[in-house]
Amino acid sequence: MHDAAVDHPKLAAEFTRDKPRAHWHDATLWFVRHKRDKAAQSLPEWETLRETAGAIKAHTMAHLADYLEQFERAATRLGAHVHWAADGEEHNRIVLELLEQHAARRVVKSKSMLTEECHLNPFLEEHGIEVIDTDLGERIVQLAGTPPSHIVLPAIHLKKEDVGQLFHEHLGTTAGATDPKYLAEVARGHLRDKFMRADAGITGVNFAVAETGGLIVCTNEGNADLGVSLPKLHIASMGIEKLIPRAKDLGVFLRLLARSATGQPITTYSSHFHGPRPGGELHIVLVDNGRSELLGSDDFRRSLHCIRCGACMNTCPVYRRSGGFSYRSTVPGPIGSILAPARDPAKYHSLPFACSLCGSCTDVCPVKIDLHHQLLTWRGEIAREGHLPATKRIGMKLGRIVLARPWLYKLLGAWARRIVPRLPRILVYNRLNPWGRQRELPPFPRESFRDQYHRRHDKPRQDTDRHS
Amino acid sequence: MTSRDKILTAIRKARLPAADLPPLERDWITYPDPLEQFGEVLRQIGGAMVRVADRAELAHRLEELPVYRDARQALSLVEGAGRTTIDWHGIDDPHALETVDFAILPGQFGVAENGAVWVTDRGVRQRAIYFIVQHLALAISSASILHNMHQAYERLELGGAEFGAFIAGPSKTADIEQSLVVGAHGPRSMTVFCVDSAEPTPRFGV
Amino acid sequence: MGQYRRPPVAVILMVWPPTAMRPANQGQGLGGNVGVLPIVAGTGRPTREAGAIDHRNRISPVVGDQPALPAEARSGTGLAGTRWIARRQFWADSRTPVNEMATVGLFIPCYVDQLYPRVGMATLELLERAGYEVVFPEEQTCCGQPMANTGCSADARPLAERFLRIFSPFDYVVAPSGSCVAMIRHHYDEYLAEVPGFAELKAKTFELCEFLTDVAGVTKLPVRFPHRVGLHQSCHGLRELRLGSASERVEPPFSKVRQLLATVDGVELVTLQRPDECCGFGGTFAVAEEAVSCLMGEDRVADHEGAGAEVLTANDMSCLMHLDGLIRRQHKPLRVMHVAEILAGYPL
Repeated sequence: MHDAAVDHPKLAAEFTRDKPRAHWHDATLWFVRHKRDKAAQSLPEWETLRETAGAIKAHTMAHLADYLEQFERAATRLGAHVHWAADGEEHNRIVLELLEQHAARRVVKSKSMLTEECHLNPFLEEHGIEVIDTDLGERIVQLAGTPPSHIVLPAIHLKKEDVGQLFHEHLGTTAGATDPKYLAEVARGHLRDKFMRADAGITGVNFAVAETGGLIVCTNEGNADLGVSLPKLHIASMGIEKLIPRAKDLGVFLRLLARSATGQPITTYSSHFHGPRPGGELHIVLVDNGRSELLGSDDFRRSLHCIRCGACMNTCPVYRRSGGFSYRSTVPGPIGSILAPARDPAKYHSLPFACSLCGSCTDVCPVKIDLHHQLLTWRGEIAREGHLPATKRIGMKLGRIVLARPWLYKLLGAWARRIVPRLPRILVYNRLNPWGRQRELPPFPRESFRDQYHRRHDKPRQDTDRHS
Repeated sequence: MTSRDKILTAIRKARLPAADLPPLERDWITYPDPLEQFGEVLRQIGGAMVRVADRAELAHRLEELPVYRDARQALSLVEGAGRTTIDWHGIDDPHALETVDFAILPGQFGVAENGAVWVTDRGVRQRAIYFIVQHLALAISSASILHNMHQAYERLELGGAEFGAFIAGPSKTADIEQSLVVGAHGPRSMTVFCVDSAEPTPRFGV
Repeated sequence: MGQYRRPPVAVILMVWPPTAMRPANQGQGLGGNVGVLPIVAGTGRPTREAGAIDHRNRISPVVGDQPALPAEARSGTGLAGTRWIARRQFWADSRTPVNEMATVGLFIPCYVDQLYPRVGMATLELLERAGYEVVFPEEQTCCGQPMANTGCSADARPLAERFLRIFSPFDYVVAPSGSCVAMIRHHYDEYLAEVPGFAELKAKTFELCEFLTDVAGVTKLPVRFPHRVGLHQSCHGLRELRLGSASERVEPPFSKVRQLLATVDGVELVTLQRPDECCGFGGTFAVAEEAVSCLMGEDRVADHEGAGAEVLTANDMSCLMHLDGLIRRQHKPLRVMHVAEILAGYPL
């Protein structure tokens, strides 16, 4: 019934095996985090902005149905067609029908995590439609035949040598060429050709404004704009949580988005689509796919505030050292580890545990989602639903039994402190002790603190300055 | 039940606690010299600002711009600035713009905090030109520079059937190993001419 | 750490059976009788009846002018309702109780109790020298964080309940751990939200450094530690308790731990590339995600090494236990010490 469970620890361990590469991955993403810090520091009102953004989102969610209806009315008035899709399948069906109505065989698509979530590409390809991802990073992973490993930086896991090899195979670049400038220039030529011949453009949506019926799409490359300003058909796919009430709320979100994502003050292009272009058609597909259910959850609703900036991935010390693919979900990293188990807790039960609870994600989040607390809450859900591995379940039960009984706790502690240091190394450091694979166990002192405390108070005024 | 009804019903069933919209009238950042800030940020993001006294100087400085001088096909929608070598009004298919090397177009205003310029397709029939041209120049009034994005949205009147965009610098990508490459799909360069003499809310001729 | 070298077999035989089993220790401490404080810590004074202790009244009045702490240092969370107590006598007259002495319930995390007694003793001495009556309630074991962080709420709940019972009688509860204090302050609501006494417990429970700066008003530690020190800012202290500014946030820089360390004579604090990245311990994470955990730890150690630290310190021994495990396996010269040890004047 369920897909095989994702074993994050195993996948992460595989990623760390190539240590230089894992370090490179970590450093590359830390560089992005660092740029984000500098951008945030440039605005004294940064924390107010985050607070405000979170409040706008909370308000929007509280009135989401009304805002969706308002948006539909406004967008329709501007000449757009609004479609509603309860799930990914319906979304894909709607998109296919629209393409077929327009006899569109070649489609250019700009970055959209929603279409990734719905697995739109393979669906359209099955129906004989060519779909080209036009964001350079997305095109790279498309050529590589993998999903993106990051929601903003899709090919962040690849080195320029990997891209050079891919481009050599698919785009005929010189063998061994790795200069990013050269590779990007070839990609420009290749994708220009795709833009020129496309029958339709599909985009994601960063924000949709209920008040005006407008869609805002942000890119650095200009691929979304090229993709929808040449062909007549523009299909915009958006999750229902992308809504904001008023145009002026964009002031808050556009100030936060790019600074959080890449450290830029704003993306190169922040395009505001209000209705179709003259002579064209604009179709907006509003997708639920589990979102309304999440909205009903007091614990996890706030994950719908996410504006997909990727900052939580860049800062996550685990993501940086385990790579996006170790999560095996469309959205990886901290936010993905909240969203994925909502979709399938049995499959994704290891993700909320792929976290040291350091809280850095919560502090970078531009809309102040309490990510690490939600991950903690998920752990409880997973335990309640019986997805916890037996070792953890039994271990914690034993822990409680011991810790609720001071005499037993003291006894076992004393024994451990006496026995462990005497054991032959092989009995302590073996496959059954993951702690000891790369680490020494803590020192086992003769006395516990409480032993020393007693000794001190049994014999008052004895010199207690040094306890060795 | 349609999907629309299904979704809206499910959302309404969630019954969320009420939450007020926060005030947006805050003490947002302002700069001592917004024009200077605008120029500095634009430079940092790969663009260039050229401040000119009037349209005559604009025309003159344009001539000095290599990407304009070398352009085989050029388009100007700014009165008195530069040449137009294509039949702009005769073009119905935006694909035909693919060969345009340089365009100078009117911008509405600039934003100091991020170096962005607001453009629209009002009077610019083919919005594709902003994205398809090899080198882009925009002309705005020096006095039009706003401090921050909140001021920008106060000024904008969105909701009409009009396309608009903030454009901040040339098209770029860092998708290959975080190496910044300018000229991803769209313009390889972006020059913003800030004209001192123009009206505070300029409408350059089209 | 030299202190904890394995004892020779003969020593082990001499101390057998384990201390906890010896009859001499039975009846010591609070046992089930939490209301009675058998010993006034460090003074040898006789037992005082619990009935005399009403912690609302036991908090000493504000004395004279307040210590000059930067405003931001006092902006930490959870201090509402706490009275500011200046104790200028700090250290001058070690272990002489100040009048109107407030009683601190010493909360020593289970792994510190069992594995790092020196950290517990350092904490005890620091609190006593700050002029508090310190009591270690014998019945305490663990706050339940391992269970809570694994999602096993049912296993954490009884531990939270007994923690409240054990520590309710004290004016303050202080622990040398940001993580365990964060558990009480931010995560006990799930178990104790409506339980009488819980709100008070939350308000009077402090991490050691914030207690010293915010409650005891300590501004100078007359001890010497002539070493290059790398400060690891443990995550829960930093991002749950806000003991310092976090690099992610736009806020005036401050750090209560650093502020105390800076007053120690001879300490040279090194500058790290990443001032507050996680060490990778994370409780069961250290074992369940061993590969990533160790890589994170290695990177932290490398940062401290690169900055020229001789000693790596933190206000959570759990982080240090993990880092020290890596350091010793790789035979690196770096040493770890809990910040309490340095502040108490213990040598390297």
